[in-house]
This record gives sequence, C-alpha cells and structure tokens, in this order.
Amino acid sequence: MADVSKEELLHIAKLADLNIKEDELDNYLSNLQDILNFANIVNNANTEGLEETIGENDKYNVFRKDEVKIFEDNKALLQNAKEQERNMFKIPKVIN
Amino acid sequence: MDITDLTVHELMKKMSNKELSSEEVIKAYIDRIDEKEKDVKAFVTTLCDEALNTAREIDKKKNNGEKLSNLAGIPIGIKDNICTKGIKTTCSSKMLEDFISPYDATVVEKLNNENLIDLGKLNMDEFAMGASTEYSYFKKTSNPWNLNTVPGGSSGGSAAAVAANLVPWALGSDTGGSIRQPAAFCGVVGLKPTYGLVSRYGLVAFASSLDQIGPITKDVEDAAILLNIIAGHDEKDTTSYDIPKKDYTKALKNDVKGLKIGIPKEYFGEGINKEVKKKLEESIEIYKKLGAEVEEFSLDIADYALATYYIIACAEASSNLGRFDGIRYGHRTENYTNLRELFRNSRSEGFGPEVKRRIILGTYVLSSGYYDAYYKKAQQVRTLVKKEFDKAFEKYDILLTPTSPNVAFEIGTKSNNPLEMYLADICTVSVNIAGLPGISIPCGVNSDNMPIGMQLIGNKFEEEKILNVAYTFEQEYKFREKYKPNFSKK
Repeated sequence: MADVSKEELLHIAKLADLNIKEDELDNYLSNLQDILNFANIVNNANTEGLEETIGENDKYNVFRKDEVKIFEDNKALLQNAKEQERNMFKIPKVIN
Repeated sequence: MDITDLTVHELMKKMSNKELSSEEVIKAYIDRIDEKEKDVKAFVTTLCDEALNTAREIDKKKNNGEKLSNLAGIPIGIKDNICTKGIKTTCSSKMLEDFISPYDATVVEKLNNENLIDLGKLNMDEFAMGASTEYSYFKKTSNPWNLNTVPGGSSGGSAAAVAANLVPWALGSDTGGSIRQPAAFCGVVGLKPTYGLVSRYGLVAFASSLDQIGPITKDVEDAAILLNIIAGHDEKDTTSYDIPKKDYTKALKNDVKGLKIGIPKEYFGEGINKEVKKKLEESIEIYKKLGAEVEEFSLDIADYALATYYIIACAEASSNLGRFDGIRYGHRTENYTNLRELFRNSRSEGFGPEVKRRIILGTYVLSSGYYDAYYKKAQQVRTLVKKEFDKAFEKYDILLTPTSPNVAFEIGTKSNNPLEMYLADICTVSVNIAGLPGISIPCGVNSDNMPIGMQLIGNKFEEEKILNVAYTFEQEYKFREKYKPNFSKK
C-alpha cells in the first residue's frame, strides 16, 4: 500500500511548480495512491542481474560538428512570448 | 463516386490519369467537413481555404507540365502535437492555445516536399496523455461508428477524421498505444513504427524514449505509402537511425505461407471482452487457412509492462513539461508578483488535471527516497520486457494480440477514473517499452457494429513483415467493403 501524505503531495507539487487547491487535494491524493499501488507490481518482477534500460536504443552519444547556424526568423521565435522588449523575452524583476 | 471514400492509392491513380484534379478532391473534403465535422469534432484547426488555394496552385503547376510527386495535391490531417510553421500547434492544451511554431517538424517538411496539402490539425488528449481524447482542453471528439462513444486516444481526432472521411489519411503519435488504440476503436489502420525509424524533431515531447510518429490510414497500402514518406534518419533527432531507405509498398505480397505467428496467451485471458476475443480467434483461423503457422505461447509481461510504462512515461513527462514556464511561449498567468509565482501560476492555469496528475506522479517516482523503488526498478523491468520479446522473436516472425481488450466505450464513463483509463492501454504499451513496431487493423465488428482491432507486433525494423501480414488479412477479410461507420447515436 503506497502511503502518501498530504504534506508529501504538496511537497511534490511544489517541486513540480504546480499549485493544488485545497478542494482538489483529496482527489489528487487518492488518484496518486491508486496509481502507485498499481505501479508497485513492478516490484514483483524478477530483475536480478538485469541492467537498466537507459533510452530506447543502443546509441548513447551521437556527435556532430559544433557549427553555428543562423536562425533567420527571429520574429517567429519571439512571436509566442507574452512580453518582449528589444528582441528579448521579458520577465519580472528577479533581483531587488 | 464518393471522392472522400477513396483510399490514397486510389486517389493517386485517379489524379495521375487526370480523372480528378486536386481542386476537386479538396472541394469534396471541404463539403464532407461541412457536413460531418459538427458531429465528429475531430479538428482543432481547419485549413479549408488555404488548402483550396494550394490545390489550385498545384493543379496549375501540373497543367503547365511541372513534374511533381505522385502525391501532389492530396490532402492530409496532422495531429496537433506535430509542429507546423505558421499554423497553431496546441497539443489540445490551454497551455499552447495560441502557440504558433516557428518551424516545421521534420515529418511535416517531408509531407511538404511531396506537395501534400494540410487540411487541418487534429484533436487529441492534452499533451497526448489519455486514451479517449476526452482530456482535450477544447472539445470531445466522437467516434463516427457511434457518436456517443469515444474515438480512443490520444490520436482520437486523427483516427475519427480518417474513419469519417474528413481526411484521406493522417499523422498520429504513439507513446503507449496512441495510434493503434484509436485506430482500433475507429475501424482504421494505425502503424507505430520502430523507435528511431521516424524523426521526432518537431513532435512536442511527452515521453521521449517512447514517442513515435506514425500513419493512420484507411488501408494497409496507404500506411506503407505514408511510412515511405516519413521514415528516415534526421540529424535533428539523434535517436533516429541511419538505415537504408526502403519501399514499404513492395513488402505487400499478399502471402503468409509458412510464416510463424505467435499468440501470447496472456493477452487473451481475463479482462478481454468476449466478442473481441471471438473475433480475434476467427482472425487466427483465417491466418491458418492462408497458410501461416500459428502457435500459442506465454509472454507474461503485460501487467509489468503497463506499470513500467506509467512510471517511465510520467517520469519523462515531468521532465519534458518543465519547459512550460510562461516566458518564451505558452500560457502566461496575469496573476503574479514575482518570477516564481509567474512560473507556478502559469503552469497551474495552463495544464489540465490529467497532465498535472502525470507530472506529479512523474516527479514523485523521480524524487529522492522513491527513485530506486519505482524509476530504477521500472528501467530494469524494461530490460526484462525487451528480453522476453527477443526470446519470442527467436521463434516467431510476428506476434498477434488484440489492440484493446474492449471496443470504444461511452463518453464520460472512464474520464474520472484515471487508473481504469490506463488499463485500456494494456495490450499496446509493451510494444513502446521494447521499441518495436506494431500495427492495428480492423478484424470485424461486435454485435453493436463497433469495430474490433487486431494488433500485429514485429521485431525491430521489421515493418515490412507486419505490413505484409496485415495486408494479407485485409485482402482476405475485406473489412472496408463489409462495414461502414453510420454516425448513429445509440
């Protein structure tokens, strides 16, 4: 039985940069517990001596020349930003 | 002749002998969309006017004797998580409601090189997380075979649009069954290629080690044609393989004599609907009659694979979706006093409940204290699943299973129970876990005239084999001649 506390859920949500409203908390908690209980099945599998699969194929590192390529369409890159100034993304002040 | 009921290979013939112009084809589709889209709700964005203009340009070029591809002027629909330059790519999320990609996905570039015409962007579960397309922020797509049921998911818009003749074919994406399961629910063909065969560049990432783009089509030949276009190495996706280009249509031999088909008996056990099981058993008999050697064997990994899938997919999603912060693109909250609040409130407002659920689960399994018990263990089980498949493919050419244990379910019956929704993926996820190719083809309908899908799984890069085995069944069974969606509301 996966035992996740409300405090733990709120901590995880904070790590993931998500707010959970008070009235949603119970629902998220019971969903998370249900899914984790199901996911616990993996612990029944006999994986003794088995390596972990990291990524889907055998190619770990793929190298290419480090070449500068100019992306011409600056405007297209910036068009999705809600705030911009002088060709830059604008964010709220970070240092007071 | 109903133009919209033609397959792409039929359209190609009629267009090459000048029986049909691109303008006539696009107009027929626009009329069909005007008539049926209000019931099916498959599109997030339609591009009818643009498509008509492009069709006229292409006809003009052809008439001027310009040499264009055989596919020039044929329309296509694209799942809304595949980036299209200058056209919205929303992932059916509030987060990307206004997002306009500054570039084309590699697969879209390839479609453009063939002068295929984009008819629109198709609905999906938000960020491809779901099995019913009910988790779309914008609308719930209906299954053309019964409008009160779901089309499956996450590529539900793509499958429903092909089934309803709103597009002749479409691109979908498949992370745990998201091409094959909706194809099964909607009575069409869906192919998930081997991991690495098709470039993922420009596909909005959900779980990068599992995601693959693939075709959803009316028949197997069309799937082979579309795979010919989209397959191939891309330096922009380092996980794409550099292997020689093949012509998949040449694999369609209509012959399975002597071919060894393995039937994993666990996929036919508890939990599978009786009518689905019966149709699959009848299909196995058809293969035997056609000369294939069929044998039952044990592949006891379905439950492990599903649990492993949800651990790995959510872990990767929690990392991939970290990029959505409201700064460079995506939803930005109006309610903030500092940067941290901007991030958190933008994400909380922009993501729907299922996406949040998976991010939370993914963050949990990666967090210290739980990493070994869940994530590390799941990565080991992934190795186990691969080994089990390797063993199976030493004995068999192809594995045959149901695509889904059930036919399409009623809208609203599972959306509040995430775990039950996850169980709908039980037959498909292991294929992604092992990086294999899988195809779903229709193999009959149940007593309510709802389609049933059969899944054929091949070894890595053996798309030719599964396409041929699927094609051979299709030529014998002739599903499209027997059954049609009737847009009923039962």
